[in-house]
Amino acid sequence: MKISATVTLKKEVLDPQGKVVDQTLKNMGYKNIVSVRQGKYFDIELKETNKEKAKKIAEEICKKLLTNTVIEDYTINLK
Amino acid sequence: MKSSVIVFPGSNCDRDIAVALEKFQIKNQMIWHNETNLPKSDLVVLPGGFSYGDYLRTGCIASKSPIINDVIRHANKGGLVLGICNGFQILIETGLLPGVLLRNKNLKFISKNVFLKVINTDNQFCFNYKKKNIIELHIAHNEGNYFADINTLQKLEDNNLIALKYCDEKGNINTDSNPNGSSNNIAGLLNREKNILGIMPHPERLIDPLLSGIDGSIMFESLLKSK
Repeated sequence: MKISATVTLKKEVLDPQGKVVDQTLKNMGYKNIVSVRQGKYFDIELKETNKEKAKKIAEEICKKLLTNTVIEDYTINLK
Repeated sequence: MKSSVIVFPGSNCDRDIAVALEKFQIKNQMIWHNETNLPKSDLVVLPGGFSYGDYLRTGCIASKSPIINDVIRHANKGGLVLGICNGFQILIETGLLPGVLLRNKNLKFISKNVFLKVINTDNQFCFNYKKKNIIELHIAHNEGNYFADINTLQKLEDNNLIALKYCDEKGNINTDSNPNGSSNNIAGLLNREKNILGIMPHPERLIDPLLSGIDGSIMFESLLKSK
């Protein structure tokens, strides 16, 4: 089964790279940009057919390695 | 006194710290990250550098190395652990110290000498700073901006677990003397038992007048006194 995880900085944590992208887009003329947050994206292939089990493993991976839960949030997508 | 310096792929201050330890007659061994058994040591040093190319998050992959389990066991038994720069980042990723080190506020790699105030001298690393508590050490990092939630910061202050704070020449701790945006000007932290110290500055770089200062020596002298 294929799953994906997106990791982003929590709202209250300053995201300097996102801020620079945000400002650059505005400078390029995209006046309707409200905000940009930069994150990380992981494609993970699992030897698992059970959706529930796959989700549980993905949660564990996110908590143990992919995110630092002090500053980051994650979302998991099952494909 | 016996020490072990853990070497990760991408460590680049491992030999500097080894030279410093040996200068102060501390018997040192270099331990590759893939080892699973830590030799008998009084002190374990996690050196500065860019372990695993800073992949994922600084210090993150190193914190899952095979040797780290034994380092954690050593720490939990009360053994001394010193994390310098990337070593501090690794200690945070292992959960041995709280909070997180974010990118510097100005988004630049900072490499310069800074002034620091030794806030807690009541531990084996900083004991000798009692005679001189405003010191100059070198920093060289991109992710040294210490961040923790308000409750954690309060606990660190209340329990006197902040070892070092950035200051100016006169010891003033304020925004102007904060090089990287760290909360409360934090440059170094102790755990509750005070056997683990994580610091962004490099004491091993200032152990000889030829290298622009000797304030780093005081830390090694303190360690020697502890055993």
